[in-house]
Amino acid sequence: MLHRYAVPLAIFGALALAPLLGFGAGHSLSLLARAMILGLGAVGLSVLVGGAGLVSLGHAASFGIGAYAVVMLDAAGQTNAGVVFPVAVLAAAVFALLTGAVAIRTAGVNFIMITLAFGQMAFFTAASLSAYGGDDGYTLYARTRLFGTRLLENRWFFHYLLLALLVLAWVAGRRLLASRFGRVLRAIRENPLRVQALGFSPYPYQLLAYTLAGALGGLAGALLANATEFVAPSFIAWQRSGDLLFMVILGGLGQLHGAVLGALAFVLLEEYLAELTPHWRLIFGPLLVLVALYLKGGLLGLVQRRG
Amino acid sequence: MQFGVLLFLVAAGLTLVFGVMDFINLAHGVQYMLGAYLGASFAAATGSFWWALLLALPVALLAGLLLEWLVFRHLYARDHLAQVLATFGVILSLNQLVRMVWGSAPLQVPVPALLEGGIQLMPGLTWPTYRAAILLAGLATAGLLWLVVERTRVGALVRAGASNAPMVAALGVDIHRLFMLVFGCGAMLAGFAGVMAAPILSVEPGMGDTVLILAFVVIVIGGIGSVRGAFIAALLVGLIETLGRSLMPDLMRLFLAPSPARQTGAALASMLVYVAMAGILAWRPRGLFPVRAG
Repeated sequence: MLHRYAVPLAIFGALALAPLLGFGAGHSLSLLARAMILGLGAVGLSVLVGGAGLVSLGHAASFGIGAYAVVMLDAAGQTNAGVVFPVAVLAAAVFALLTGAVAIRTAGVNFIMITLAFGQMAFFTAASLSAYGGDDGYTLYARTRLFGTRLLENRWFFHYLLLALLVLAWVAGRRLLASRFGRVLRAIRENPLRVQALGFSPYPYQLLAYTLAGALGGLAGALLANATEFVAPSFIAWQRSGDLLFMVILGGLGQLHGAVLGALAFVLLEEYLAELTPHWRLIFGPLLVLVALYLKGGLLGLVQRRG
Repeated sequence: MQFGVLLFLVAAGLTLVFGVMDFINLAHGVQYMLGAYLGASFAAATGSFWWALLLALPVALLAGLLLEWLVFRHLYARDHLAQVLATFGVILSLNQLVRMVWGSAPLQVPVPALLEGGIQLMPGLTWPTYRAAILLAGLATAGLLWLVVERTRVGALVRAGASNAPMVAALGVDIHRLFMLVFGCGAMLAGFAGVMAAPILSVEPGMGDTVLILAFVVIVIGGIGSVRGAFIAALLVGLIETLGRSLMPDLMRLFLAPSPARQTGAALASMLVYVAMAGILAWRPRGLFPVRAG
């Protein structure tokens, strides 16, 4: 048996060392940045899906809201990180709170479809915002300023900032799931009726989890806007929500570092296949089907069975 | 109106597949897209819309059954998460396949000669005949479907399956055959909607995704497994969507200057359907006509 922390330490260690081991070039660093940002969102989704059993197919909406918060503030001349990031996180949390208030009243399949519908709502709204580029998107000419400096534009600083945030989110997510709140959440997933009989009302617990995941998604979205220096409605497209869900499953649902591993594997696989052939989705799609059908426990499951 | 009817054709198959098999099929929209593409190619090859319709339906059915046999069959016993992911994978593959075979440029299908022109409703107000034909075809299909589901033995089995599948199986009905039947019908209905939509919408990769999501909204509003609910909800969604797009900008002009009015109007119009859905669900979390008890 592997040590409990062996896999997460290996993942985070590899990410920390990557720039020093020859992956410090612009392209590979931005690839890793993308993976870590998606990983940040996937950790939130993993808390939601793995912890609370709420399968959201609209998680990209929170990304989009975070990203568009950066855009709107940029257009208004506000690029101070002390303002931009809290606003992005708060906006995504409020959106999650409002849509979650409706969505969580339903369960199972209905929940999947409603989150999908709300995601689409955000998508179409973003596409109709012609002041911010509409369908074509909006180019950011500078990244958000940190304490008045352009520190975020330093690739290395950005890399380690993302890594720190990712580790922080992972630790916080683990603590959350291990706390009393997390235990109630998991109990609701297993059997809502019994939880009610014990005197807990599932609704506020699930709503809070949904809102927290949304807030984390907002942070990831704001970071993504900064990483790509460009925001478009395609950030919110429902395929992106599907991708996020796939990352969570690919890595392994049971543990939060599975989401990080899944995001890494997803981004690298996408990059590799896209280089191989322009029709890479024709390989990617069936692969997804196979993972969904046969790879129970995800990549983590594979690693741990070996160990 | 005709948009609502098309939506119903897609949603009817989806809601039955859903209701009977408790299977969430994201690839349903792709089947609609496939129908449109098949219709377009057969129309180009035979030069006749009617031959295209006749040929596209069985091929759409076959494609549906092939997908069922290859992928979906292995998913019925799995949780919704696996179903979502696997059918999402099917969407990615088929969208790309379509792009490879037919290219990513939108295809145009001519309106059949018999249904060209318009019907004059009032002086100065004409209604394209083809759109009227869609409406009629959709209503006829809805009527037929209602008849089959409500008045025949198979329909009774389908309804029974929707409310309690294990019980139906326990009564000695081959539930897997029933599943396949329902699934094939759903695939064919989606294909039919695709062929009908081909002359009025542009046929392009990804066209199924938009319809799929609206169809989801429809069946959530209508109540899962209910054909009647799907019908009413589809008309409602079609109406909101069409009216919202044409009226919202004008409505906003009452309060705002023209340019921001157009913008907020467009933004609000695209949100309207989802806001309506949220409102209905807040009022009745299980949809307008819930089928399954408990």
